[in-house]
Amino acid sequence: MTVAPAEFTPIGDSAVLVSFADAISDTAHAQVVALDRALGSDPPAGMTETVPALVNLLVAFDVTETDHADISAHIRGLLPGLQAQGIAGAQQRVPVCYEGDCAPDLAAVADATGLSPEAVIAAHLEGDYRVLMYGFAPGYAYMAGVPAAIQVPRKPAPVRDVPAGSVIIAGPQCLVTTLKMPTGWSIIGRSPARILRDDPDKPFLFDVGDHIRFERIDLATHHRLSAEAEHG
Amino acid sequence: MAEAVFSVVFAGPLVTCQDAGRPGNMRFGVAASGPMDRLAFAAGNVALGNPPGQTGIEVSPGGLILHCEAGEVTLAVTGGDFAVEHGPQKLRSWSILTIRKGERLAIRAGGAGSWAYLAFAGALQTGTWLQSQATHAPSGFGGGRVQSGQKLVVANAETRDDRLGDIPRPDFTAQGRITVVIGPQDRHFDPAAVETFLSASYTVSDAFDRMGMRLEGPELRLQAALSIPSEPVVRGAVQVAGDGAPTVLLADHQTTGGYPKIATVISSDTDRLAQFRPGDSLRFAAVDAARATALLRAYLQDKARYLHDIATPRGTFAQRLMRENLISGWTAG
Repeated sequence: MTVAPAEFTPIGDSAVLVSFADAISDTAHAQVVALDRALGSDPPAGMTETVPALVNLLVAFDVTETDHADISAHIRGLLPGLQAQGIAGAQQRVPVCYEGDCAPDLAAVADATGLSPEAVIAAHLEGDYRVLMYGFAPGYAYMAGVPAAIQVPRKPAPVRDVPAGSVIIAGPQCLVTTLKMPTGWSIIGRSPARILRDDPDKPFLFDVGDHIRFERIDLATHHRLSAEAEHG
Repeated sequence: MAEAVFSVVFAGPLVTCQDAGRPGNMRFGVAASGPMDRLAFAAGNVALGNPPGQTGIEVSPGGLILHCEAGEVTLAVTGGDFAVEHGPQKLRSWSILTIRKGERLAIRAGGAGSWAYLAFAGALQTGTWLQSQATHAPSGFGGGRVQSGQKLVVANAETRDDRLGDIPRPDFTAQGRITVVIGPQDRHFDPAAVETFLSASYTVSDAFDRMGMRLEGPELRLQAALSIPSEPVVRGAVQVAGDGAPTVLLADHQTTGGYPKIATVISSDTDRLAQFRPGDSLRFAAVDAARATALLRAYLQDKARYLHDIATPRGTFAQRLMRENLISGWTAG
């Protein structure tokens, strides 16, 4: 893959935004992930953190050690060597229960798509999901890969107090919620997976660029795994 | 070890435990949080003899009333110009006092400012999240909100007589216009929008919490109903929603978002901006990014010097009396 010219934009006093495209594409995101990893293994002096998103990467720095120009120069030096194609994110399996109260919108998604509830579940399980970025709330990971057959629009009114662990399809993206929150998107399952881990070495389950497969579990298994997660 | 125990008689909304914050987690959707006014927070701690990031309480204009149930502890109140009542004694913020069993401390919004800070000569006991006691208010993660009826425990509580009295306020912070760096989506606005943003007066609205401050003023029109791919956002980002109203993102900001951003408030101005109140008006002025970095470097140097200066104990009342007698003795002689 050839790497498109990156655009560098200063953000305030202590960050640079490196953009690979104006519109969302797999190529642009692969470049974001590749640059994020390259900076992880070869950080410029004074870099404090990087924030990968859909088409760009924020690189924040400590002004007492460096500035926009030096950070940008370091990144320009890394760009020619980026291997965006060969990046294999970690493979992760996330259990989902699609039964009863866990899946309040499953029937509505089936109605909207003309599929049976079983076919909606099968389509969701077939998706090969990739973590694009975190945002909106702590641990809220946007995953690409919802099959076209089950992409449905937002509901007319949001539902409040949706429990943590809800598996939501939002157009082409899938999310597993981490907090009780309102959502206007369709809740088709519930996962006992703990995304917020409070483990200093790996505080969140996913890294941007990871590949996710969902695995179907029944209600009894969901309850058992939820109880286990609760007790650490 | 000595312990001071407080019951929370009353806590307004958005009163939270804070430490210096948890930077470095934006990639996981987690803002750094920490105090809205980092300078005032650090000043209270340092003047008390603590490390600058020691866990304390951020008090909103809703106020806080504590009753000391057991023990005694010296504490500092800094931040906005809040009214402080210690038993029958009426004080202002930017002072250090010792509270003892049976006494009451009330902190209420005063003449100016939106956030006050309470620092303790001891370890405030709270939960932690990602190795920080800072509260991320939208989720409640971290040290947590302070709520009426709860108990607060300060472990290793000390009284520090040589720290009592007024804290010199910072004298180096900028005045007047709030400084920004324009962008990154300035091209997406009407050509006149940046000019309007930099010339008009904006008013702080009631939509002001730890996540951000929405401003009222002339509409900042986008060239088209355009959506940008959701991208990383920082503290200080000025995002503009579809209605053309700017919102400055603050301590508990979302880490990514799809609203176009017309500018970013420089880091050395976000603390003083956070102390504005609903109804206050403000104006913006732009500098380029290199100038913004230089301004921040100068600010950090001034801040370090100030914190160093106020960290020196002024001595007990008796010691101060002695010193003043000596000085006046010399000058009179």
